[in-house]
Amino acid sequence: MDVADRVLAVIEAHRHDRGALLPILHGLQAEFGYIDQSVIPLLAKELNLSRADVHGVVTFYRDFRSEPPGRVTVLLCRAEACQAVGAEELVAHAERTIAKIGQTAGNVTLDQVFCLGNCALGPAAQINGRLHGRLTPHELDAAIADQTREESS
Amino acid sequence: MTTVHVPRDSAARSAGADEVAAAFARHPDVRVVRNGSRGMLWLEPLVEVTTDHGRVGYGPVTPDRVPELLDAIRAGADHDLHLGPVDDLPWMRAQNRICLARVGVTDPLSTTDYENHGGIKGLRRALDIGPEATVAEVTESGLRGRGGAGFPAGIKWKTVADTPGELKFVCCNADEGDSGTFADRMLLEGDPFCLIEGMTIAAHAVGATEGYIYIRSEYPDAVTTFRRAVDIAYAHNWLGEDILGRGLRFDLHVRVGAGAYICGEETSMLESLEGKRGVVRAKPPIPAITGLFGRPTVVNNVLTLASVPRILADGGTAYHKLGVERSRGTQVFQLAGNVKHGGVFETDFGISLRDLVEHHGGGTRSGRPVRAVQVGGPLGAYIPESGLDLPMDYEKFAEAGAMLGHGGIVVFDDTVDMAAMARFAFEFCAEESCGKCTPCRVGAVRGVEVIDRITGGEDPDANMALLNDLCDLMTDGSLCAMGGLTPNPVRSALLHFADDFTPRRATS
Repeated sequence: MDVADRVLAVIEAHRHDRGALLPILHGLQAEFGYIDQSVIPLLAKELNLSRADVHGVVTFYRDFRSEPPGRVTVLLCRAEACQAVGAEELVAHAERTIAKIGQTAGNVTLDQVFCLGNCALGPAAQINGRLHGRLTPHELDAAIADQTREESS
Repeated sequence: MTTVHVPRDSAARSAGADEVAAAFARHPDVRVVRNGSRGMLWLEPLVEVTTDHGRVGYGPVTPDRVPELLDAIRAGADHDLHLGPVDDLPWMRAQNRICLARVGVTDPLSTTDYENHGGIKGLRRALDIGPEATVAEVTESGLRGRGGAGFPAGIKWKTVADTPGELKFVCCNADEGDSGTFADRMLLEGDPFCLIEGMTIAAHAVGATEGYIYIRSEYPDAVTTFRRAVDIAYAHNWLGEDILGRGLRFDLHVRVGAGAYICGEETSMLESLEGKRGVVRAKPPIPAITGLFGRPTVVNNVLTLASVPRILADGGTAYHKLGVERSRGTQVFQLAGNVKHGGVFETDFGISLRDLVEHHGGGTRSGRPVRAVQVGGPLGAYIPESGLDLPMDYEKFAEAGAMLGHGGIVVFDDTVDMAAMARFAFEFCAEESCGKCTPCRVGAVRGVEVIDRITGGEDPDANMALLNDLCDLMTDGSLCAMGGLTPNPVRSALLHFADDFTPRRATS
């Protein structure tokens, strides 16, 4: 299937949902890993919205990426509860050893998040959707290495 | 055959519960049940073994200790991870679990477990007594919205019920974005049918036929579990065209957020459900009259709706007997941050903050003195150690210039820099503001700059006056609680920890 057909298949799956744009964008990100600018006119046409409306929604929400992420995505929690147990030290370590927040280096994308709901077991991180708690810099490195191995095998 | 319970809750999994469950499953004579978490998160992975004396706890368990643990269990020998019967642990005994009655006890996706533990009784009774009496029970109970604002649920429901409309909605706000809160997540993962039942009762009460639950994307496990629960509920006639064979129709849709804190604000959540940018709406009109797609809509938090089945099952009067003053029933408190014993603790309103933090929470995890406690999420006030005797009650908190919010309690030890936390409050607001109103969108950015000037020693007195002025403006001029309450953490930090704001020289 070419890209347009894959996009249309996602739209079709949600065509009858009320307020379908968000479910469709989640579907597209699951399919492609990011929301390519080039799909916006197609979405606008199919959903009878203006391109500006679609662009506005895509850029409003932090989840929707404009570029493909690395094979491993690390979200570090920087909210208050994790700050109380050393989240900023963990962020400093990750920025030193991986990439700046919001950037990708090699296979790994580093980003921040405000709360993963693991507030009694901080500092917390989510690595490819899997929650981790009470992370030391060493454990963070090990968890990323494990995930990288898993994704490559 | 030995039955062991190993939680499937994502916090327990973050501490290694999956690996522990796999280690047990390797033994052919062990049956592993994946329950929710009991909420004693410092003990996770907490394994429970079914015995003649009830469920006996061991924790925290690591996979390598599973074989020796099984040997000890079979031999009836003692073990250093042995905790005793879980229901008898002080943390459990001191609680009054209504919302969380089944969380950690049952298999979250077993309809049999759900019914055996009192589930569906509330819905049956609601159907028996009819919509009007159902609303009356909720009003009678004194239940107030658990999302933070504390609006009486019965009044909201009555407004929706009394508003004419062919199409009405029930929306559950599961966009639990406040740092230090995770009770919604634990309920979604640990007892999803309870929420489905609560939403169905609400639909019956107000005449709604369609429901939406908006779960934040940061909770992928909760989304997966809840979606499975909805499928099972349909298959079981707990949702759909003819619920329990009683002619009630209610369809429930699961929607996932996309990383915007502001979508926890109810009108912004409605915009997001409509497929738009999560921009706050001006009120009035209120969502009860003009809500989702302009239709009459109930918007309630997870814990509000999860309290409803029990209120219907036992009657509103029984619920009203719990709690104090105008704060009736129970609240699910969440002990988080730098706390030794963190987790969820459901009890009647009126318990003191000190009791929760020091007695049940055991003080800080670091072992250092408690310096500040933030209650009610990132928009809640910082309370100094000397203020911990405050009772947990909506009005008492408001009098003290603080708020209970969603019941999150974040503990900080004496190493915390309160000027940095005040700066963070503005930084967070700048990051998460929807941008619709100027006080919030611009004020948050200016707030960061002013605090930097104060701590940088640049004309501190004039900048302090400016900061106070900015806080006034944001409080009075913002469209919603995001900008309106951001001054809470800032002002409380200034009031109680003024020394932290004295100009400092760069140390590097």
